Amino acid sequence: MASLATSAEDARRVLATMWTIRRFEEAVDELFARGLLYGTMHLSIGQEASATGACLALRDDDVITSTHRGHGHCIAKGADLGRMMAELLARDSGYCRGRGGSMHIADVSKGNLGANGIVAGGIPIAVGAGLALKLQGTDKVALSFFGDGATSEGAFHEAVNLAAIWDLPVVFVCENNHYGMSMSVEEVSRLDRVADRAAGYGIPGVTVDGNDVSAVYQAATEAVERARSGQGPTLVEAVTYRWKGHSKSDQNLYRTREEIESWRARDPIERFEQAVLEAKTLSEDELKQVRDEARDAVRDAVRAGQTGPPPSRDLLAGVYAASEVDQRTYTGDGAPAAPAPAERAAVGPVAAAAGARGEAEAP
Amino acid sequence: MTTTSTPAEVETMTFAEAVRAALTEAMEADERVFILGEDIGVYGGAFGVTTGMLDRFGEARIRDTPIAEEAIMGAAVGAALCGMRPVAEMQFSDFTAHAMDQLVNQAAKVYFMLGGAISVPLVVRLPFGSGTGAAAQHSQSQEAWYAHTPGLKVVMPSNPADAKGLLHAAIADPNPVVFMEHKVLYRSASGPVPATADPIPLGVAAVPREGGDLTMVATGIMVSRALAAATELAASGIEATVVDPRTLKPLDETTILERVRATGRALLVQEAPRTAGFTAEIAAAIAESDTLYHLLAPVRRLSGLDAPIPYNPELEKASVPQVPDIVQAARELMEAG
Repeated sequence: MASLATSAEDARRVLATMWTIRRFEEAVDELFARGLLYGTMHLSIGQEASATGACLALRDDDVITSTHRGHGHCIAKGADLGRMMAELLARDSGYCRGRGGSMHIADVSKGNLGANGIVAGGIPIAVGAGLALKLQGTDKVALSFFGDGATSEGAFHEAVNLAAIWDLPVVFVCENNHYGMSMSVEEVSRLDRVADRAAGYGIPGVTVDGNDVSAVYQAATEAVERARSGQGPTLVEAVTYRWKGHSKSDQNLYRTREEIESWRARDPIERFEQAVLEAKTLSEDELKQVRDEARDAVRDAVRAGQTGPPPSRDLLAGVYAASEVDQRTYTGDGAPAAPAPAERAAVGPVAAAAGARGEAEAP
Repeated sequence: MTTTSTPAEVETMTFAEAVRAALTEAMEADERVFILGEDIGVYGGAFGVTTGMLDRFGEARIRDTPIAEEAIMGAAVGAALCGMRPVAEMQFSDFTAHAMDQLVNQAAKVYFMLGGAISVPLVVRLPFGSGTGAAAQHSQSQEAWYAHTPGLKVVMPSNPADAKGLLHAAIADPNPVVFMEHKVLYRSASGPVPATADPIPLGVAAVPREGGDLTMVATGIMVSRALAAATELAASGIEATVVDPRTLKPLDETTILERVRATGRALLVQEAPRTAGFTAEIAAAIAESDTLYHLLAPVRRLSGLDAPIPYNPELEKASVPQVPDIVQAARELMEAG
């Protein structure tokens, strides 16, 4: 398989996605520092290649489950940046109408079943999604992102095993960024590689350089093809590193400055740009143009988010979907529980620069 | 096995058969409906509820799983998010503890947390309750856990007809529904069940008996015990109304309060332990409304002991309300005012 760096179209798309993720999270970091964002954030700066490479291996109608560190997955699966930013800014125009925040952004129309505040929470859900896609007779695939920390959870074991015995079309992508909050992966497992766990389920496991977007793409593509052709799940381990702390409370007491710097030197974006330049696929000017477009798209998203309307106060109307036979559940004053798609689309189409690949049908 | 294919309008069947009839009809009517759980295939389920369904629907839709409750629940959530209508069986309600993350943190919250973008049409069937000698880890009544979680609906039928109609409503519901089936009722409860697949709306209480002296609000298996107690009380001239909420969430407070106001006496009966039990919610609803001013005596609760269910059959019986306990509590309530 040729490297993504040798095709101008691929290179542009990959860089647009990675730069958009980077710029988006830098903007989030800055908004937080300025006191304009509430709550907490889990940034994936430094991990852009795994989200980008894995999602590039998917079709628009494939589905993903994501994690608390999910901005990158969301963007790589084609989310609207304006609605993402509006959600972080707790507006009604946000993906979750300001009720979910960073840890719960989903875009069902793009096949993103959602970030998740519970470590490993999305893994069984991806397996169920894979089951549905199989029962429905489709050739769609479910891909589950999770971190190294999630592999210590029982949910990981139960879910991977279930997908294995049922040959479900699921791809498990472990983004091994070396730390579950402060606990290093070496401290929580006797195994050298997370991918070694695959043997326990009788499925293939592969470890790749998670900062090499082409390597991630290649491994994910093979796993997706395997899933799509009915051969069952694969565990892909993408070894990477988060530059920022676990969340906003992190003081980096468990790792050294030298370690962080050594990984910053392995910047996945810089590496890919270097490969693109060496292959003469794109010029320096063309790279700059991609960067500028990502910066502008994020700037527009911040503006769109900040001007979004405040959220509805009728929280009880958002707890239950309206039922045809249930006479008593409160679902608001007869109004639909969710705003019409047209209302929500008013935020602005900035997803193109984020690597969106057209409208996907709902899974 | 009795189904809609039989021409009779009403058939007599057990509680377990009624649940199976609803599952069968729903699966015949809607190919999105499938069942997953432990030993539900060849074995027919630990309580025989899915007996014969594997032959009828095949392995794809009657899915035997490993002993992995979190994966069962999570797979059901994921399938529901992708357009299916899964019915997950927890072999014993107690085992839901293994699956609480997927039920409480995922299924219950997705619709709200995602701003209404998608809901989780999921039914979780829970065989629950004491009376089978299965001791503390196989006998609990944990309805309060679920009722206390916004986003879940909680259904607790007390007879075969309600089991069938309410299960139809639960499967049709776009939200996650916890469907609680008392294990003792599976075979002991038998009665007329409509042959049609009509749902009984969630959130509507039933009043299986009317009487002017006191109102018993009983849940699950306690409904039949309350009715038996009412018959005994009638022999000594005390006439009781019995209200069966049928669904705990949403709760038909209107009917309950109306019936309590009518008699001025409320006896609330549940199998679950007393502290923070569901009937405390009913007592609070009475206290918080003008129904309070209609009371002739303080509200009386009759619950299971605040103790795990014991193995010894005599002690097991003694730890949850029985008919004589209800009769005695009713008499005391009559004497109290």
